[in-house]
Amino acid sequence: MTEEEKEKQFQQRIDAGEKIEPRDWMPEAYKQTLFRQISQHAHSEIIGMQPEGNWLLRAPSLRAKKILLAKIQDEAGHGLYLYSAAETFGIDRTEMIAMLHSGKAKYSSIFNYPTLTWADMGAIGWLVDGAAIVNQTMLAKCSYVLYSRAMIRICKEEGFHQRQGYEIIAKMMNGTTAQRNMAQDSLNRWWEPSLMMFGPHDSESTHSKDSMKWKIKVESNDTLRQRFIDRTVEQAHHIGLTIPDKNLKYNKTTMHWETSEINWDEFWSVVKGNGPCNYQRISHHIHYHNEGKWVRDCATAFEKSREKENSSISI
Amino acid sequence: MKTKDALYNYCLRLADSNMIHGQRLAEWCSRGPFLEEDIALSNMSLDMFGQAEMLYEYASSLSEDELSADDIAFRRSEREYFNCLLVEQENGDFAQTMMKVFLYSAFAKQLYESLLNSNDETLSGFAAKAIKEVKYHLRHSSEWLIRFGNGTDESKMRVQQAVTNLWRFTQDMFEMNDADTALIDNGISFTTDTLFAKWQLNVNEIFAAANINTPEINNTITGGHNGIHTERLGVMLCEMQYLQRAYPDAKW
Ligand SMILES: [Fe+2]
Ligand SMILES: [Fe+2]
Repeated sequence: MTEEEKEKQFQQRIDAGEKIEPRDWMPEAYKQTLFRQISQHAHSEIIGMQPEGNWLLRAPSLRAKKILLAKIQDEAGHGLYLYSAAETFGIDRTEMIAMLHSGKAKYSSIFNYPTLTWADMGAIGWLVDGAAIVNQTMLAKCSYVLYSRAMIRICKEEGFHQRQGYEIIAKMMNGTTAQRNMAQDSLNRWWEPSLMMFGPHDSESTHSKDSMKWKIKVESNDTLRQRFIDRTVEQAHHIGLTIPDKNLKYNKTTMHWETSEINWDEFWSVVKGNGPCNYQRISHHIHYHNEGKWVRDCATAFEKSREKENSSISI
Repeated sequence: MKTKDALYNYCLRLADSNMIHGQRLAEWCSRGPFLEEDIALSNMSLDMFGQAEMLYEYASSLSEDELSADDIAFRRSEREYFNCLLVEQENGDFAQTMMKVFLYSAFAKQLYESLLNSNDETLSGFAAKAIKEVKYHLRHSSEWLIRFGNGTDESKMRVQQAVTNLWRFTQDMFEMNDADTALIDNGISFTTDTLFAKWQLNVNEIFAAANINTPEINNTITGGHNGIHTERLGVMLCEMQYLQRAYPDAKW
């Protein structure tokens, strides 16, 4: 069979709604797109540990501390799981980390914003995990079976994170004036960045067309963003928060909330590395990766010596 | 000392050690040498917070001022914390942290094994649950010490430095005060003499397998159980209690 015929057959399978297994033949571009997307998703989970980790030691109750730590640990688990899925394309985690450090691989821009108050722990769970759920529920229908399976598993936990985040904010809205102000300020800062999480309009998105054709994604960025807006506006109003957008209005005909145009200059600026925390996040990852080198070397050396000696020391 | 006061004090001692140990372990979050180990460190930290919470809850039920577990955990000053000095020491490198986990969990395992026989049902119930977690911490850290001691020149040097930095704080875990006297009389807790002997055996065994030399230092520092701490604790509390102190009326 020629490449062209193989590709045609592949597309027929996709169109028929079949799932692609790691062992199946796939076009090079399909592989590349998926590898890029899954590895960057993994990096996002890992880099996302930093902004929340920033408040771990200051969590205000035993319960809050346990929930936050367990959440961050979940994200680490998501990263681990996604790295394994990405490794099915023949590139190992060490290489993926090198791509992250060199800037060749990106991660979600949302994590390039700072967590300034405790309310941000609420806003991240509610908005960032909330946006992730909308996106990942769609990705659970992805044509590549390993990615789809990962998304189904991960989405369940993101659901907990979203509820726990909303609970933090809701509690603060029921609290003192200082707490209510802190909650509103947090929404003011995180609202627009969380809308940006869905990416540019589809007309501006370089990979959208191919991804839709291959059913890596089955809905457009704008459709997903609108779903998130409709959900979140209601949730905000329910606890007395104001959406920081003068143009917000409900359209009775479309039954959707309409919002201002997003500041795309800011979006592209953060993507290109000029956000408030891009440098900090990557430096942190590089620094602690390098700090851990002696530990990894030690583990490797020990492993090798054990194989050689077949020693009797039992541990 | 009245038994109830002694028990309250003893609960805080155990809870504070777990809380402060957990807080230190949480510092590793996103800083582990590799992802699996990052998760393992978070796991141990979560275990510690869970154990601390159980004990603070118990202390809360004994409290005459009707303090909640969170009030007790977050609203005391540095002279009112009774954790052992070892756990408040800085994490240092990964070798130092694993050494700290090892020395502390080897102690906690012996302590909880003895508390299984306590006349106080809450304490013996706590010990039964906690011992499983602590055994995992002990195994995990022992495995690392053995890897360090049989790994590279650098890892051998680092693990030896770790024990040098921490050894002076180990005696403190076994110190007894009036609270112990009152509780031992009632069969609620037990003398630490036998614990110490068993702990030493455990330490010697792992140090031998890891080629670690026990430091010969006469400088022992004690005082944690009486609220006399090292300079590290106050700094930790500033961070841990920030929200409680900045917004005393707020509930979170
Ligand atoms: Fe996640
Ligand atoms: Fe999440």
